[in-house]
Amino acid sequence: MRYMDDTVVMKRMSKRITFNKVWKALFFLATTFALVTLAILLYRIVTQGIDYLNIDFLTNFASRFADKAGIKAALIGSLWLMAVVAPVSIILGVGTAIYLEEYAKKNRINDFIRMNISNLAGVPSIVFGLLGLTIFVRMMGLGKSILAAGLTMSLLILPVIIVAAQEAIRAVPNEQREASYGMGATKWQTILRVVLPAAIPGILTGSILAMSRAIGETAPLVVIGIPVILQFLPNGLLSQFTALPMQIYDWAKRPQEAFQYVAAAGILVLMTVLLLMNSIAIFIRNKFQKRY
Amino acid sequence: MVSQKENKTSSVQQLIANSRNQKTKKIVEKAMPTLLFSAAIISILTTFGIVFTLIFETFEFFKRVSITDFLFGTKWLPFSGNEPLFGILPLIAGTLKVTLIAVVVAVPFGIASAIYLSEYASEKTRRIVKPILEVLAGVPTIVYGFFALTFVTPLLQEIVPGLKLFNALSPGIVVGIMILPMITSLSEDAMSSVPNSMREGALALGATKFEVAIKVVLPAALSGIVASVVLAISRAIGETMIVSLAGGSTPKFDLNVTDSIQTMTAYIVQVSTGDAGYGTTIYYSIYSVGFTLFIFTLLMNLLAHYISKRFREVY
Repeated sequence: MRYMDDTVVMKRMSKRITFNKVWKALFFLATTFALVTLAILLYRIVTQGIDYLNIDFLTNFASRFADKAGIKAALIGSLWLMAVVAPVSIILGVGTAIYLEEYAKKNRINDFIRMNISNLAGVPSIVFGLLGLTIFVRMMGLGKSILAAGLTMSLLILPVIIVAAQEAIRAVPNEQREASYGMGATKWQTILRVVLPAAIPGILTGSILAMSRAIGETAPLVVIGIPVILQFLPNGLLSQFTALPMQIYDWAKRPQEAFQYVAAAGILVLMTVLLLMNSIAIFIRNKFQKRY
Repeated sequence: MVSQKENKTSSVQQLIANSRNQKTKKIVEKAMPTLLFSAAIISILTTFGIVFTLIFETFEFFKRVSITDFLFGTKWLPFSGNEPLFGILPLIAGTLKVTLIAVVVAVPFGIASAIYLSEYASEKTRRIVKPILEVLAGVPTIVYGFFALTFVTPLLQEIVPGLKLFNALSPGIVVGIMILPMITSLSEDAMSSVPNSMREGALALGATKFEVAIKVVLPAALSGIVASVVLAISRAIGETMIVSLAGGSTPKFDLNVTDSIQTMTAYIVQVSTGDAGYGTTIYYSIYSVGFTLFIFTLLMNLLAHYISKRFREVY
């Protein structure tokens, strides 16, 4: 019987160990690729946009001249848009989630609703724009208004809110429901006074994240035909308006170089809004979320 | 006496109030499920709305343009005056070029970082990197488009000779960066759910961490990884703002990636920002293109769903 040759074993082993080290380094580099890209992206936008970002920029309307261009109409427009999107999408989304988690029995219709929601999440946003253009703008005659755009955006982020709310509701332990029934509460009382309060942090976190997606979404607005250069602020739900990403899109595609800096300044405003919303979401998640 | 009487009446009133309360309670209990069900129906109505809109308006389009010309035509010239051509192949070619480049960028980087995060990284690193990836996933696509146009394209022009201002390469790479977090995070989930006993078994046999990752974890998590890639491809196909800012508006049926291109989504944007009057052939053409896009992404989503269901390993 021949013993193993130590030198051969050592050689192969050291080769395998080096292999492991080299690949570990490669995997690490791949991970840093994403982080470096994010850093470059943020650095570029901050250095390009910071000089243009001042009070005038925030309080001026859009202009043909780069140095007079401002973002007032778009900023206010985006806030109006959220005023429609937030109630509509949260009410519909949470309602659907409650139905699916608390009431839905296992049957074909409910399976279909579940499958449908996951498919809807994969539909490109531009297709929602086509839906909004046909149904809300033309068929319902809402025009290129805040209401039409808001309803379109609500449908777009609805699947995200439903899934987040479902997870939050599912995380409420059954013992709490049973205790509530044990006290003589009805099903709806249990949902309203026990399940929902416990699930609200999770629902809010998911909703805010969905909302920040709606603020950054451009494609549906373009398809609906939201105008860009507006010299007035919206005064109602049926009023014309423009929004932050539309304004940025318009600046970014202008050939004059000066508008690149204006676009970067606009992006800074948009990213600041997103950052604020994300920090609120993280704050809520950390502060209120309980583990059972 | 008096007090007793008072007591009696008040208790009767209470009883009446109680029974009234009971009645509203009953109504609420019965109405709520129906009300909530109608909220759930909205999402189904949305899908029907999308499908019917697309089919209806596309049907209108095919009254004017023949289906065979649309499906097999290699020239997409909707704006050429009296003889417009509507062959969708150039738009599909543009879309696939961008998608392919995005996949070439995102898949190796995405899976490699997923391996790093799930197999090598410490809990602390993971806690820092994952939220950053979430930020990357939350950056609006319009910002990525701006980044492609003003940073990546000029950078690539230094390296690739003859690269046009609008091309397929730059938006392709940036779309890849956009879908990267999705692949990383979903693949990492798939790998993390591979039970530790399998890793420990392999390590006990003398395997290195690399061998464990490639020969044990990767095959075990393959269905989840493939599903994440297919979902990412679907996202890349439907991506709009990056390609319409940095890709250009020249639909071409070829394999060139240094030239200006047009994708399906970018065409819809081009028509939407221009003035295509309601009822013109060009107006209806955006629905036919949207329908084609919808079919592509739907197939991809169903495929991803099927893969993750069908090939899921149960431990």
